[in-house]
Amino acid sequence: MSTEPLVTVENLGRIYDVSKPWLNRVVERAPIQLLTAAAGVTFSIARTETFALVGESGSGKSTVAKMVVGLVPPSSGEVTIDGISMTHRRRSSERERLRRRIQMIFQAPYASLNPRWRVENIIAEPLRAFSVAQNADEQHKRVGELLRLVGLDPADGVKYPHEFSGGQRQRIAIARALSAQPEFIVCDEPTSALDVSVQAQILNLMRDLQRQFGLTYLFISHNLAVVRHMATRIGVMYLGRLVEVSPARELFRAPRHPYTRMLLDAVPDLDLTERGRKAVEGEIPNPITPPPGCAFHPRCPYAFERCRVERPVLLPSAPASVACHAVEEGRIKPGAGVLEGAVTP
Amino acid sequence: MTDPVLSVRNLRVEFPTRRGTLTAVDDVSFDIMPGEVLGVVGESGAGKSMTGNAVIGLLEPPGRIAGGEILLQGQRIDHLPYEAMRRIRGKRIGMVFQDPLTSLDPLYRVGEQLVETILTHSKMSETQARARALELLNEVGIPAAKARIDAYPHQFSGGMRQRVVLALALAARPELVIADEPTTALDVSVQAQIIALIKRLCAQYGVAVMLITHDMGVIAETADRVAVMYAGRIAEIGPVRNVVKSPYHPYTQGLMGAIPKLDSEADRLTQIPGAMPRLNAIPRGCAFNPRCAHVFDRCRAERPELIPLERSAAACWLYDKASQPAETAS
Ligand SMILES: Nc1ncnc2c1ncn2[C@@H]1O[C@H](COP(=O)(O)OP(=O)(O)OP(=O)(O)O)[C@@H](O)[C@H]1O
Ligand SMILES: Nc1ncnc2c1ncn2[C@@H]1O[C@H](COP(=O)(O)OP(=O)(O)OP(=O)(O)O)[C@@H](O)[C@H]1O
Ligand code: SF4
Ligand code: SF4
Ligand SMILES: [Mg+2]
Ligand SMILES: [Mg+2]
Repeated sequence: MSTEPLVTVENLGRIYDVSKPWLNRVVERAPIQLLTAAAGVTFSIARTETFALVGESGSGKSTVAKMVVGLVPPSSGEVTIDGISMTHRRRSSERERLRRRIQMIFQAPYASLNPRWRVENIIAEPLRAFSVAQNADEQHKRVGELLRLVGLDPADGVKYPHEFSGGQRQRIAIARALSAQPEFIVCDEPTSALDVSVQAQILNLMRDLQRQFGLTYLFISHNLAVVRHMATRIGVMYLGRLVEVSPARELFRAPRHPYTRMLLDAVPDLDLTERGRKAVEGEIPNPITPPPGCAFHPRCPYAFERCRVERPVLLPSAPASVACHAVEEGRIKPGAGVLEGAVTP
Repeated sequence: MTDPVLSVRNLRVEFPTRRGTLTAVDDVSFDIMPGEVLGVVGESGAGKSMTGNAVIGLLEPPGRIAGGEILLQGQRIDHLPYEAMRRIRGKRIGMVFQDPLTSLDPLYRVGEQLVETILTHSKMSETQARARALELLNEVGIPAAKARIDAYPHQFSGGMRQRVVLALALAARPELVIADEPTTALDVSVQAQIIALIKRLCAQYGVAVMLITHDMGVIAETADRVAVMYAGRIAEIGPVRNVVKSPYHPYTQGLMGAIPKLDSEADRLTQIPGAMPRLNAIPRGCAFNPRCAHVFDRCRAERPELIPLERSAAACWLYDKASQPAETAS
């Protein structure tokens, strides 16, 4: 296995113009309004690894995912996959070939499946588009294999998406993603719309497929327990920026950034250990006018003067990286995570 | 002994359709005591909302209560005329739904909506009602309530709106609150705030709460007792600790194992094979039998009723002494 990462994301940023229409702006003298959905996002993903992004709604997870697969052009920064830049404006045949090796799975499986197509055609589309299958026979055979792989019956191919349950539709979406034989799959909240029992089936399936085909995942979820189950490494986002990047186990054993701690404390406690879920103060601020300095400071129990004026940058805090002045100055130590006191085999 | 605030007896909800009558809620019974939170869990389509809607008299036609009774403080409310039921809703039963915008009118200021609700249900002057509205907003933790009482719902974030809905639900000091997925659309951090709030209000005013959600974590933190629903019936009901920690019913066991846990290193999640049946294809006998690892002959022939077990009850033949087959004793 090479140590060279498969995916490199460097200083990625995206700004949206959310101003009122030009005429209104002129008439009402409204200013131009820019929303920074992502800024300075840097991480890399090794082959066969699962890198997860977590954070509250609006923190920029989907924006990063869409830039990584090339669905949204970045305002700044660069995405490189297997040494090929995804973000150069010039079309290149190399990049076209790369497209096949990258697939995406979304939260709402129904929205991403064409309701008028039979399932076999939905799954076969990438086969045709990327000429993976040589002829109709081979294509049919391959679709059958894919359906079986995701736990459906090859006979289901003649049905339409509405004839399936939510979990089955997500299986179809996965089968379609796999049909192009990708190496890298970006999964944006793949199980958030599903019941836990169905979620367990899908998460197990995704892990089995990863092992079987050596897949690399960028996995997005707001559910920390799901991320804990899937990820090798985790990036925590807050208002468009990464505040902590850490090996999965370390993040849960010893969270460093105050926001990470807050997220962990907020997770409902199933074990009834009376860990005591701490109610968190405040909510994500307006992303159009983020607080100056550290954007988390209005909610941070450790905030001090420096936090209000200077934005912290990601600095190593081995084996993690953290963007926090208090951590940098050693004023707060890695926190007691949820793994503390857990029985280690 | 105190009497339950809500008592549901053998409730049955049906949907007449062209192809026959579907039974969405089938013989469901439970009580909720003052100050108690009863959690209702189960996967999508299990009949949770249908049960809640039957209690508040808001079943969407053609859905109808086809059997059983619903008692509020011992008084039957399941066959009241629309007007009488409307007065009970809001006054004696508060409601909170998943999307706060369904309960809030976008055209009216938050304060106006509260004042109107308060005036509908209690005799006081407009000034008194406004003071009470402010008190309620403070109570549910709206920061700078005084400055925000005249804001419109869209000027509030999702979490703040849900607080306003809670304030509305509590405005008339109800005896019972039905909360259907009140935190599902919210971030965990905000969810934690709303849950803490529901618990506090429940303890403070002795309100009985029926908390419907598919999130076991939320139930574990909030509920005193839990009812687990499967295919329109209660599969298991009992104190939260027992249901979460040592469930009896194979479905509850599967459900608990399927939840990814923060402190677990398990490589695979427990998986229940298959899916919940559709209403028009509920298997004979135990509805869970095609998915159950412990299934035996009797399960395919006879439908199990809730069997009392210490402090819980489970609808599973494994716990019927008479039917216990030797090989499935687990
Ligand atoms: N096309 C767009 N135009 C304007 N603003 C946008 C657009 N897409 C996203 N945003 C904004 O960018 C920010 C980040 O959004 P994004 O969807 O990436 O968040 P997220 O972390 O995926 O949230 P969620 O958990 O809700 O999916 C939000 O404030 C969002 O409103
Ligand atoms: N108008 C209708 N006609 C026929 N069946 C219906 C109708 N509305 C709901 N149902 C069925 O009634 C059953 C119970 O639905 P209910 O809304 O109570 O489920 P739920 O447990 O609240 O699920 P969710 O978690 O998805 O909210 C479902 O199987 C649903 O398909
Ligand atoms: S930089 Fe300051 S405000 Fe930001 S997380 Fe660290 S201590 Fe808190
Ligand atoms: S009654 Fe039978 S099929 Fe149903 S849960 Fe119990 S053992 Fe399983
Ligand atoms: Mg998103
Ligand atoms: Mg429901």
